[in-house]
Amino acid sequence: MLKIKDLRVEIEGKEIIKGLSLEINKGEVHAIMGPNGAGKSTLSAVIAGRDEYEVTGGSIEFEGKDIMDMAPEDRAHAGVFLSFQYPVEIPGVSVTNFIKTALNESRKARDLDPMPAKDMLKLMREKQALLEMDKQFMSRSLNEGFSGGEKKRNEIFQMAMLDPKLAILDETDSGLDIDALRIVANGVNKLKNEDNAVMIITHYQRLLDHIIPDFVHVLYDGKIVKSGDKNLAIELEEKGYDWIKKEIEA
Amino acid sequence: MKLQDKLINSFEKFGQSLSGSETDSLRKMRTEGIEVFKNLGFPTTKDEEWKYTSLNKCIKRDYDFGAEFSLDIRSEDVDRFLCTGIDSYKLVFVNGVFNASLSNTTQQDKFFVSNLKDAYEGNSELFNQYYGTIADKELSMVGLNTAYAQEGAFIHVKAGAVVDKLIQILYINSDSSRSMMNQARNLIIAEDRGEVQILERHQSLSDEYVFTNSVTEISVGNEANVKHFKVQNDIDTASLVDSTFVKQGTKSTALVDTFVFSGELTRNNLHFEFTGEHAEAHMDAITLLKGSSLVDHHTFVDHAVPNCQSFQMYKGIYDEKSKGVFNGKVMVRKDAQKTNAYQQNNNLLLSDFASIDTKPQLEIFADDVACSHGCTIGQLDEEALFYMQSRGIPLKEAKAFLMFAFAGDTLKNITIPELKEQLVNLVARELKVDLELN
Repeated sequence: MLKIKDLRVEIEGKEIIKGLSLEINKGEVHAIMGPNGAGKSTLSAVIAGRDEYEVTGGSIEFEGKDIMDMAPEDRAHAGVFLSFQYPVEIPGVSVTNFIKTALNESRKARDLDPMPAKDMLKLMREKQALLEMDKQFMSRSLNEGFSGGEKKRNEIFQMAMLDPKLAILDETDSGLDIDALRIVANGVNKLKNEDNAVMIITHYQRLLDHIIPDFVHVLYDGKIVKSGDKNLAIELEEKGYDWIKKEIEA
Repeated sequence: MKLQDKLINSFEKFGQSLSGSETDSLRKMRTEGIEVFKNLGFPTTKDEEWKYTSLNKCIKRDYDFGAEFSLDIRSEDVDRFLCTGIDSYKLVFVNGVFNASLSNTTQQDKFFVSNLKDAYEGNSELFNQYYGTIADKELSMVGLNTAYAQEGAFIHVKAGAVVDKLIQILYINSDSSRSMMNQARNLIIAEDRGEVQILERHQSLSDEYVFTNSVTEISVGNEANVKHFKVQNDIDTASLVDSTFVKQGTKSTALVDTFVFSGELTRNNLHFEFTGEHAEAHMDAITLLKGSSLVDHHTFVDHAVPNCQSFQMYKGIYDEKSKGVFNGKVMVRKDAQKTNAYQQNNNLLLSDFASIDTKPQLEIFADDVACSHGCTIGQLDEEALFYMQSRGIPLKEAKAFLMFAFAGDTLKNITIPELKEQLVNLVARELKVDLELN
């Protein structure tokens, strides 16, 4: 589904991603772990199409198509979803209006008519229930004054509504208490199926207790330096990242 | 001949042409008006209040005035500039002349909506009592207007009366055979506890230049409530100087809500004066400009008595080579204790060539007051745009969402749903998106 080959990315002349390759197939859950500053968030932003980063080498293919020159909205329409580490507050735009617009724009890109209001409402109710969100939530301004947990639940709610092929969860566990973590993880697990894929970016093991990864990669200094199964995450949690650094430097 | 000289020289002839039924006091006002204009002339950028806005381009053109203009107009041309889907009283003026067949006036026990000319020709006592008493006579544009003004809206709401429908005032300029200068004049009187809502619009359909110098006087009685909406969405050969004066009694509420989307030059002078305590004034505005349009919002709030509140919320979005000015002056006089004055001017500049000059001016002579002001100038938030795009919302729509979110809080005082919808649609049209924005 996603094929990244020898990717190199710079921001303001500084190289952040230094030759990264990664392949994610449908039905898989990948976790990208690594210390601060390793390039995890840069990687997710570049896949989603943020243009302040300059790609200086390599390629990103999604479903067999080069997406490097595609606008973020076109990537979204193709099935890429990025859950933000810090979701942006947009006063004056309600959650309902926002998600309705996003969903119908994506339908428009596929030559479909807007979803009938009744179906939209039904879908929203269903996904709201999945994320244990109450009704009032929907009429509030997007992310404005939301708690950390509410913001992340709202991200996964949007993911549920948009039903992407590839969901990238950028530090979705940060700022969550245990209950919110459970709700969010449960939501992701329910949405997971054999036709889609999830890429989880995280520092910690705790989200991976709830969403079991098929692969765990360690991102360090702009490269994937080690890959393994879920046990690698447990090992990292126990030993920290220092042993990997030593292994590389040796 | 320069426009200024032409206006001064033509006055005598204009005076002779006037109907014999004009009162001596009105004639005297006209003469005093032209004297003020003669002394001061058109404002120039040397005048502190006109420092950022030059009328030069406007006044070096030649305009006809007082001539017989074509009065033909199709009602479709009028309808599209009115708020539709709502029952309303209408005052339609075509090339400066009241058009009865396109209007919907009313004369009721409790209130009336009529043409100003009928009032002064009928020697209305009310007219004589209020006309020219609220506007600042010392201003040259007011002087000029007073000298020549003949037609406009005359609205009277008696004590305790609530006008049941929106009143729409539409000035249409449609004579394409020559450039035209207009002196529109409105007088609105809401007596104690009276309530009225008004929508005003000036619209040119002409290929020639139009220059309108409009003066509106609004008297808001004790506990009365007046809302006045102005849509300034004219074509780029039309310029408007709008001077609106509001005098408020005890516990009254007044709102002037201005929507500026286009026009060559638009200058709004907004004066609020409190004569009774516990009154509340609101000034809201959305400016959405592009091309080389210019808008200048000048506000002046005179807190002459204690315990009054004024709220100004001016939001501007400027694209291409458009230019904006905001000058908000708040005067809190010595006795005006417990004044609460709030002023906000936020701007987005979408192009490197757009500009805004913003100047808050607070003059406070009382010691127990709460006054705040703030102005910001910024661009659209890139992070927010990326966030929306990453959810599949195209850039143009994402920008529109952000701009609407930026300006939308100025719509909060609009209580007529049809009017609000119409104004939101106008905003959406300006942003060129088909979005449900509200």
